[in-house]
Amino acid sequence: MQNPGNKESLIRFIEQKAREIRIDIVKMTAKAGSGHPGGSLSAADIVATLYFGEVLRVKPDEPDWPDRDRFVLSKGHAAPVLYSALAGRGFFPADWLDTLRQLGSPLQGHPDCKKVPGVEVSTGSLGQGLSMAVGMALAGRLDQKDYNVWVLLGDGECQEGQIWEAAMAASHYKLDNLIAIVDHNGLQIDGRVRDVMSIDPIDDKFRAFGWHVFRVDGHRVDILLDVFQQALDIKGKPAVVVADTVKGKGVSFMEGEKDWHGKAPNPGQLEEALKQLQAV
Amino acid sequence: MRTESIRERFGLAMLELGRRYPRVVVVTGDLMYPTQVHHFAQAYPDRFYDVGIAEQNMIGVAAGMATCGKIPFVCSYANFTALRACEQIRNDICYTNLNVKIAGLSSGLTYGVGGPTHQSYEDLATMRSMANMTVVVPADANAAEAAVFAAYEHDGPVFLRLGRGPEPVVYDRDASFTIGRACQLREGQDVSIIANGPMVYEALSAAEHLEKAGIDCRVYDMHTLKPLDLDSLRSAGLETNLIVTVEEHYIIGGLGSAVLEGLNELGVSTPVMRIGIPDLFPIIGPTNELRAHYGLCADNIVRNVKAALSSI
Ligand SMILES: Cc1ncc(C[n+]2csc(CCOP(=O)(O)OP(=O)(O)O)c2C)c(N)n1
Ligand SMILES: [Mg+2]
Repeated sequence: MQNPGNKESLIRFIEQKAREIRIDIVKMTAKAGSGHPGGSLSAADIVATLYFGEVLRVKPDEPDWPDRDRFVLSKGHAAPVLYSALAGRGFFPADWLDTLRQLGSPLQGHPDCKKVPGVEVSTGSLGQGLSMAVGMALAGRLDQKDYNVWVLLGDGECQEGQIWEAAMAASHYKLDNLIAIVDHNGLQIDGRVRDVMSIDPIDDKFRAFGWHVFRVDGHRVDILLDVFQQALDIKGKPAVVVADTVKGKGVSFMEGEKDWHGKAPNPGQLEEALKQLQAV
Repeated sequence: MRTESIRERFGLAMLELGRRYPRVVVVTGDLMYPTQVHHFAQAYPDRFYDVGIAEQNMIGVAAGMATCGKIPFVCSYANFTALRACEQIRNDICYTNLNVKIAGLSSGLTYGVGGPTHQSYEDLATMRSMANMTVVVPADANAAEAAVFAAYEHDGPVFLRLGRGPEPVVYDRDASFTIGRACQLREGQDVSIIANGPMVYEALSAAEHLEKAGIDCRVYDMHTLKPLDLDSLRSAGLETNLIVTVEEHYIIGGLGSAVLEGLNELGVSTPVMRIGIPDLFPIIGPTNELRAHYGLCADNIVRNVKAALSSI
């Protein structure tokens, strides 16, 4: 990975990587003919900041490095955003991306940790990632390691009871090596989260569960870089970054549209999407 | 071969069910569109509850409504009901023998590209093991529609295992469908192929091929996995030399297991060959490619029947 000198150029670098990730997302899902572009695009800036902003300490040539930071994609349907970042960091060859969802491909609709280097745990059934992240954080403390555990949740996913069981455990155990990020894009499959089953006020809920809460614009890479550092500095309790995002971000006709949750662009839509993403 | 979408017909059947019967309520967990019950939701908004991505709560809420005389149809995916909310189904619904119907869509390999978190091959094993539960696996869109109404008529818990996209049509729309009674779709003296779900079509195709090779196969659609139709099973066992089961489920715990248990109870010792998903987490792929990969297709049934006959 190239090492940009100052913060300004780091930010430009991450933004460029986020653009490349978005391009991969629309290309991959278009080629596959199915997949989840909306929730992948909303998370692109978050994932780019983690993987290309020197936030996650990982070694692509040694994916099982015991001291690595862990990243759990609890909202596993956003697999394309993770696959693109992992390929971009060299965990596996970029041409794997062309095989998304094909017979026998390691790149499944939902990520499989036994098949893809860099994927920590297999996810896809929502609501389960935070618990596994709690386990990793507890083990890190037990082993006196200084790694951190990051977990990305969907806002609809926060309707799962298990999220709150895990949230309770994380603060009970004072897991300051655990940072959750909520991709707060306001949409789930059946409509707006607030109409289907409101999770509001999400900040207060996490606060009541003993977490330190940050609320930020999830598409501002400069802000994400800062807030991730601040989250790492919180001691004695877990931190959550509620990141306000737009589902489908970067492709005008996908932005804020629930119908782009789980649908691939057709060739014409792909062309239009690429035109928009490449113009930025 | 004509195909029809399972979930589209399911959604329309639910709409009609709602029109006919005011006690029917629908409960889903952010899968209104994927299970196509948006038709019901639009027509009967006051009888429709989307509890969000919260499957255990979804089952509990349905159970509570059933205690008050409603007839809830829980509409979700097979894995997110039978597995994610397994214990709620057992305690809240089966233990109390409540009148809740659970429609588990995207079962088997029908969401093959999603990977194991979205595929479902343990659901029949868990649902079948629960006392008071009736388990139905319709073969096509027409049977799925008929099964929705049959489930409503049946008093007690029902698990309705359904697919997702288009599947070949096996039945006429007005074909009769009785829970607990298998449909014998083909006569034959040599071999009985017992299948359910989309494997019924594959079994029928296999029987046609085998006929050309001089092997006379009968085919049963064992759409009700529980209670198993022991009368049909006895006939199959006593009147043919080999039983072959075909299912889109693990070889452990589903139709093949039920047939073996049934024959054992009947004291019938006809050889049984089971075709199903082996004891592993499958690879991914489009449904039909994946079915072929694991031998859930007419060609493989034909191969296996020939091999088995030559060894008995
Ligand atoms: C336990 C479980 N229930 C249902 C689903 C089906 N499903 C996949 S994505 C999704 C909506 C997710 O919404 P959200 O968490 O807000 O994700 P995002 O908007 O970021 O895509 C649902 C219900 C699932 N994957 N897991
Ligand atoms: Mg969302």
